[in-house]
Amino acid sequence: MGGLLPQAAVYLGAAVVAVPVAKRLGLGSVLGYLLAGVLVGPAALGLVGDEGQDVMHFAEFGVVMMLFLVGLELEPSRLWRMRGQVAGLGGLQVLLSALVVALPALALGLPWRQALAVGLILSMSSTAIALQTLAEKGLLKADAGQRSFAVLLFQDLAVIPILALLPLLATPGLSTAGGADAHGGGALDALPGWLHGLAVLGAVTGVVLAGRFLVRPMMGAVARSGLREMFTAAALLIVVGVTLLMSLVGLSPALGAFLAGVVLANSEYRHELESDIEPFKGLLLGLFFIAVGASIDFGLLRESPARVMGLVALVVLLKGLVLVGLGRGFRMSRDQGLVFAVALSQVGEFAFVLFSFAQQTGVLPASVSGLLVAVTAFSMATTPPLFLLLERLVLPRLPVAGPPTREHDVADDEPPVIIAGFGRFGQITGRLLRSSGVATTVLDVDSDQVDVVRRFGQKVYYGDASRLDLLRAAGAAKARVLVVAVDDHGKAMEIVHLARKHFPQLAILGRARGRTEAQDLVEVGVEGVYRETFDTSLRVGADALRLLGWNAHRATRATQLFRRHDEAAMVDLAGMRGDQDRMVASARERIANLERVLQADLAEREELQDHGWDQEHARKVHAADEGR
Amino acid sequence: MSGPRPLLRPPTSPAPGARVLVLLCHPALHRSRVNRRLAQALVGLPGVTVHDLYDAWPDFDVGVAHEQALLDAHAHVVFQHPFYWYSAPALLKQWLDLVLEAGWAYGAGGTALRGKTLTSAISTGGAQAAYQPEGHHHHTLEELLTPFSTTARLCGMRWRTPFVVHGTHKLDEAGLQEAAGRYRAMIAALVGEP
Repeated sequence: MGGLLPQAAVYLGAAVVAVPVAKRLGLGSVLGYLLAGVLVGPAALGLVGDEGQDVMHFAEFGVVMMLFLVGLELEPSRLWRMRGQVAGLGGLQVLLSALVVALPALALGLPWRQALAVGLILSMSSTAIALQTLAEKGLLKADAGQRSFAVLLFQDLAVIPILALLPLLATPGLSTAGGADAHGGGALDALPGWLHGLAVLGAVTGVVLAGRFLVRPMMGAVARSGLREMFTAAALLIVVGVTLLMSLVGLSPALGAFLAGVVLANSEYRHELESDIEPFKGLLLGLFFIAVGASIDFGLLRESPARVMGLVALVVLLKGLVLVGLGRGFRMSRDQGLVFAVALSQVGEFAFVLFSFAQQTGVLPASVSGLLVAVTAFSMATTPPLFLLLERLVLPRLPVAGPPTREHDVADDEPPVIIAGFGRFGQITGRLLRSSGVATTVLDVDSDQVDVVRRFGQKVYYGDASRLDLLRAAGAAKARVLVVAVDDHGKAMEIVHLARKHFPQLAILGRARGRTEAQDLVEVGVEGVYRETFDTSLRVGADALRLLGWNAHRATRATQLFRRHDEAAMVDLAGMRGDQDRMVASARERIANLERVLQADLAEREELQDHGWDQEHARKVHAADEGR
Repeated sequence: MSGPRPLLRPPTSPAPGARVLVLLCHPALHRSRVNRRLAQALVGLPGVTVHDLYDAWPDFDVGVAHEQALLDAHAHVVFQHPFYWYSAPALLKQWLDLVLEAGWAYGAGGTALRGKTLTSAISTGGAQAAYQPEGHHHHTLEELLTPFSTTARLCGMRWRTPFVVHGTHKLDEAGLQEAAGRYRAMIAALVGEP
């Protein structure tokens, strides 16, 4: 299978066939990808051969992107609040799992150094599988999701000391090529220890500083260029750059990307970055899962199925038990504790790296690491079905927990009003809401505007609100009101249609340029239609009347009556516009529209009076009465 | 409130089997103790339309045709409001001025309201004893409500004994509950009347 395109076709084809089927069957996308991998792998169709390993390395980039996205979601203040969980829960998980796994390894006859190495490596969980599965079930923000995340974060950090520790566990004589010098692969490994440490520190500081001071002006410049694909390119550049820098100093790229994400979490480009990276992350993660599926060594399984499967069951069981215990110890509710345990019970992708490293450095013999790589891959495949079991059979039987108690936090994160378009129109709306104590999420495509408004502390995001993913990211699924105040009428209608279709609970208030645009909005059936110049024009008319000597209240009443009449006419006439009207040039439509309105004005002139205040009217009625 | 609330359509339509129209008139209902409780007590009563005037016409631009249609659809009308300065909040006066047109409500051909009943449901800060000829306010409530009862007469409506909650400044929760129950029973009885 030579060439890039045939390979791409195989992977994409497998995904497109297997994933929708798996989803339809309720198996979740992760299992779908894994099955797709098995299908195209050497075990079944054989469309993918040895290059599966290379593909997996490439696809690990998806994990990096996922961590970047996770970082974007996590503001630094929240991360700081999690520090206890990361160190406490995460540290205990790695330590206890390593011990609990090392003991049976010892019992099975491995020397203590090898047993300890195996324990440490198998204590890692799969960020890709855990987070993807939790996200798919909507559990990321739940207690189990938060704690799983804390543990995974600690594991990412722990990889660095584990890489440093492993060579010390080497059994003399076992080492293959190069031996203990073949450290993590960083280019700076030749440096003396203190200089290396300095380089690591410098790289981390660099990521933080660049995120603070470099990325925003860069994104601003890119945004001003007005080219959407430049945005995607810039977003990818950030992730790739961080990855390169981190691998250079031998740190986990995923960790670096996470850090970059956290630094950018407060940025106005957050939503935009999120929606740009999201599809790449999804595809690469999918590729990663397929590669895992394809690289599962069924040969080993055929030779000694009991041995492999027994080990998989043992490892998952031991890790799961440790996690259940930790959940108890950290006072998680029973259902959340079980979710937490299942989510992290598999062995993670770091293990692939660590096993090959351990084999190179002479810590583990090839026979052991080969077997355990297979165990790792199989263990990853156990999580989706275990989750299914948990969801279908176990959780429904548990007593129902009370309502979540942290509603407050959420309300703060999810303003009830979204304002799309924060130009001269949306600003005033936003300011009124804000001064009335109502939080708003603002979306705007003008980055300069966003910059200025942001400096005054308003929550403003850069992005095109006619994109479904961005609306979703801005919280459209939970908000109650959407103000569509963008200039471009076509764009406004796109937003309205999207919101109507996907977020039916949203009340929509739409700004329109003139009557024709307003009628488009009326036809869709939005909750409020506002012609942008209508109120101001009426006030000018009223003031003109006053200058002609009208009493101010009389002029105001004339305005009110006219407004009611005109708005009713606008709604009535909206339905009367023929298809033909819409076909002809909009200028002609406008004129036809004006003609109808002027006619209606004439017809209803008598109606635009207050009879109750009109002595003339009362006199007429009286006269008629007496005449009878 | 289930779906989004429409702004474009008329604010209130008659309840199914409409009999009693309660015109609720309070300029700051969110801060009201008594009137909000009274209005809440009517929720779910069949045949009763509660029409919040300040919510319907916040800028005093009362929609005459809409209000007349509402009146047409009901047999009994209740003005529910706090008793500001021996009268109603300003919007109800605006409503009376604009909606009860000559030739519709009174005068030649003004028979639209004939045969209906009208009453007031009001809350007063002072105690009942204050509304006596020798009391703090020198008049009884019946006397002070003369503009309303006379309006009813002119329009050919039957004026009914008003519903009153006295001493709202000192009313406690038990008192509020009692008043709300009394109000609900009174309106429910009104629904059944011809």
